[in-house]
Amino acid sequence: MERKIRVLVAKPGLDGHDRGAKVVASALRDAGMEVVYTGLHQTPEMIVEAAIQEDVDVVGLSILSGAHMVLFPKIMKLLKEQGAGDKLVVGGGIIPEDDIQELNKAGVTKVFTPGTTTTEIVEYIKTEMASRA
Amino acid sequence: MAIPREELLKRFAGGQRAALSKIITLVENHATSFPDVLDELYPRTGKAYRIGVTGPPGAGKSTLVSSLVQTIRTKEKTVGVIAVDPSSPFTGGALLGDRIRMQDIGTDPGVFVRSMATRGSLGGLAEAAGDVADVMDAFGKDVVITETVGVGQCELDIAEACYTTVVVIVPESGDAVQAMKAGLMEIADILVINKSDREGAEQIARQTRAMFELRDERNGWDPPVILTVAFKGDGIPELYEHIEKHRQFLAESGLLERHRQSNVEATIKAIVEGDLHSKTWNEATLGRLESLVGDVMVGKVTPRQASGVILKMIEGRQEGG
Ligand SMILES: Nc1nc2c(ncn2[C@@H]2O[C@H](COP(=O)(O)OP(=O)(O)O)[C@@H](O)[C@H]2O)c(=O)[nH]1
Ligand SMILES: [Mg+2]
Repeated sequence: MERKIRVLVAKPGLDGHDRGAKVVASALRDAGMEVVYTGLHQTPEMIVEAAIQEDVDVVGLSILSGAHMVLFPKIMKLLKEQGAGDKLVVGGGIIPEDDIQELNKAGVTKVFTPGTTTTEIVEYIKTEMASRA
Repeated sequence: MAIPREELLKRFAGGQRAALSKIITLVENHATSFPDVLDELYPRTGKAYRIGVTGPPGAGKSTLVSSLVQTIRTKEKTVGVIAVDPSSPFTGGALLGDRIRMQDIGTDPGVFVRSMATRGSLGGLAEAAGDVADVMDAFGKDVVITETVGVGQCELDIAEACYTTVVVIVPESGDAVQAMKAGLMEIADILVINKSDREGAEQIARQTRAMFELRDERNGWDPPVILTVAFKGDGIPELYEHIEKHRQFLAESGLLERHRQSNVEATIKAIVEGDLHSKTWNEATLGRLESLVGDVMVGKVTPRQASGVILKMIEGRQEGG
């Protein structure tokens, strides 16, 4: 049987908008993926636990609050500790270029900045997953 | 980065959640890399109590499950949750949103929640959900709760395969009638009127109680009707008490054993039928099918005669070895 790509879409941090995350989640679903959507105000612990329980291939984090340099590295660290460091982690939000390079080093493979189309996100995930298979 | 099977089984036996998760994936995908994983685990199943929660979309099932899990956790029992949502028949994708309402149990180490898409598996869904429940059972979960949307026959089958089936409806006018039409009332061991903070809850409770009285008893069990407000936890301890009562009733009456037997029977049948189906169509039979379609179109044979030809081919294959 064909293996479905499973993605966790989560929104860490305190701000209360998840419109962007929902749009991305729907686009991934429409591209044939199984998307576990966990909603707002997720702590790093909640995100990592959900990623493990759901055995997702991809963790997608949407962030606007500016706390990305704390939250992303924390999530990466927890994932590694739990033996789940092999998951593809991507992010989206208003993030300065310098920070993106830092995050890339920390293992966040790709950061989508505003203006990225959902098609680009879908293509990126599909290509990455195909190369890992 | 596949983990070798012995190592995976060792980690599973050692209680590692990541191993449980990987094994669920293998089972869900019918992975050819480890086809007999369920046979390995089967001897360790049979201990978990299985609860099915079903009802219309938006009735508050996930919220209720989260609250129920918290009550069960106060009894020192561990819990597995399977949340089933439909896959899109067009794209095969799915949006699985049950965890949104299960935040309170998301990081409890005694709870494991897994979202599952229906994947349009024709009738195979009940089997697949049962397989995942078996894996959680073998892992040592004391209780396994399966949430399904009470719309299709498959979803109802899943709920019914559980020992105690909880049907959740809301006070909105017509919901009870809808539930009856959908065949939900028939499978309810316990009926929950959730969102009873809204108007009309008492009234619908009276109506449904009257309905249950009119109908024949279900093997000596009278389904209770319980009012809840899931996001406040109101009525949840009472729900748990009734689940316990039902469990005792099933155990004492010997019905639990019978339930298990019929589940085993259904599982064997599903596997046999699934295998037969996949063995039926291969290059030879599909090629023959194509020419037979042509024969039927020009009036040489009837569809029934044509199928006889294919069945003979399959039988011949089995005899020939
Ligand atoms: N008023 C009210 N709303 C509730 C109650 N329980 C759940 N809800 C809300 O109903 C909506 C659907 O809940 P959810 O658990 O996702 O329903 P499901 O689709 O049946 O799993 C959510 O917005 C919940 O917050 C309740 O007892 N009263
Ligand atoms: Mg739900």
